[in-house]
Amino acid sequence: MDLSDYPLELPEGDRPMVRFMNVTKRYGTLTVLDRLDLDVAEGEMVTVIGPSGSGKTTVLRMLMTLETINGGVIYVDGKPLTHMEKGGKLVPANERYLRKARSSIGMCFQHFNLFPHMTALQNCMEGPVQVLGMSKSEARARSEELLEMVGMIDKKDQHPSRLSGGQQQRVAIARALAMRPKVMLFDEVTSALDPEVIGEVTNVIRQLVAEHNLTMLMVTHQMGFARDISDRICFFYQGKIEEEGPPEQLFETPQKERTQQFLSAVKDAG
Amino acid sequence: MSLLEFLQTYGSLIVSGTWVTVIQFLLAVVVAILAALTAGLGKLSKNVLIRGVAITYIEIFRGTSLLVQLFWLFYVLPLFGITLDKFTAGFLSVGLNIGSYGAEIVRGSIQAVPRGQYEAAYALSMSPARRMRRIILPQALVLMLPPWGNLLIELLKGTALVALISVADLMFQTRQINASTFLSAQAFGTALIIYYILARFLITPFMRWLERVMARRLGRA
Repeated sequence: MDLSDYPLELPEGDRPMVRFMNVTKRYGTLTVLDRLDLDVAEGEMVTVIGPSGSGKTTVLRMLMTLETINGGVIYVDGKPLTHMEKGGKLVPANERYLRKARSSIGMCFQHFNLFPHMTALQNCMEGPVQVLGMSKSEARARSEELLEMVGMIDKKDQHPSRLSGGQQQRVAIARALAMRPKVMLFDEVTSALDPEVIGEVTNVIRQLVAEHNLTMLMVTHQMGFARDISDRICFFYQGKIEEEGPPEQLFETPQKERTQQFLSAVKDAG
Repeated sequence: MSLLEFLQTYGSLIVSGTWVTVIQFLLAVVVAILAALTAGLGKLSKNVLIRGVAITYIEIFRGTSLLVQLFWLFYVLPLFGITLDKFTAGFLSVGLNIGSYGAEIVRGSIQAVPRGQYEAAYALSMSPARRMRRIILPQALVLMLPPWGNLLIELLKGTALVALISVADLMFQTRQINASTFLSAQAFGTALIIYYILARFLITPFMRWLERVMARRLGRA
């Protein structure tokens, strides 16, 4: 498919919040994502599972435009994310376009990546003040509200080095939400945490799902958690969606052999 | 002549020379830091031209002798119509020379900031310049302080060469005293001690203090 075959904008009535259209990602000769088609509806919570190396984290990183795209187009809210219009057709987006386009997407990382030279509150205020041009008092109010929501208001003046992993991840969630994204991405946000603090992070995400109409994409190894809160599960295998469906269906009655093998291996591991 | 008598006689010359050395040092530090930041960032630029200029500067000033550079700035540049007075040529060449080493420290510490920090700043839609200024440089600064401490001592000792284009610094005054009195041990001994004191009791404690301040800003102290 040539770039001119892709629509400049998705038509009314067929505008999922996120659409991967024929997306390919290669590292050298290794194809990580192979002509992926994936829609995520507004307000939907989709969890991506699969063995390591299956391309599941790459899906999130491409949506955050942290990775360049080798084929296909990603649309967010009907508009191209990875490409921009030039002379009536799509061309790869430049830095300026990407910066604006990706502002509707927030991301939390496995290793939190809080800014160590700023307090929890400053971490949350950084984006609104520096990028959105919000006044400091307004950004402070918004950030404090979010820190309150994730239960970190008591620690707002602490630097990340003084916080536990679970606390850092909760601040990181507040920091991403402070930009008021339409889509939130959670990339293995509990994988680097000690078992006893995983709950404090998953509870925050549960609360987000319950109380906010955010569109979310999550990569996780916490199968029980994924099952509880997801609207849909996508099982990735070798750069493709091997199987997808509602959590009960995918976990109880997986159709594909690969899915069955993966789920039983995960179950055996405990 | 005892050391005490020596100091009583020539103390004022030595003090004035030390003062000039300190001024040369401070001005050279400013030049070195500006040059190091510019060239260090330039070397990381995606723009071929900017990167080329930065690499050329680093190669020339790191790869040739400071003394030759000093003579170039003072004796050769006038042939091309650029005349610098000896004082300016002095701190400029020392600063540019040390700055070329500093550029590699700047580049190295920027690259040593974890990749996740770029990605987190990127995910907040920060522009490249803002990412560098707000997120990467403050963290790189902390990493580059210890090697800079070393480099500043190197820089102080480098300023002794400006005596060779007759800037009246500590080394220059010492040589003058030696030439007229032949009290070599007293003259050069005093200079030795003063350079050591400046390095050991002014530069090193200052850098340690700076490291502590920066550590506190990271909430680590």
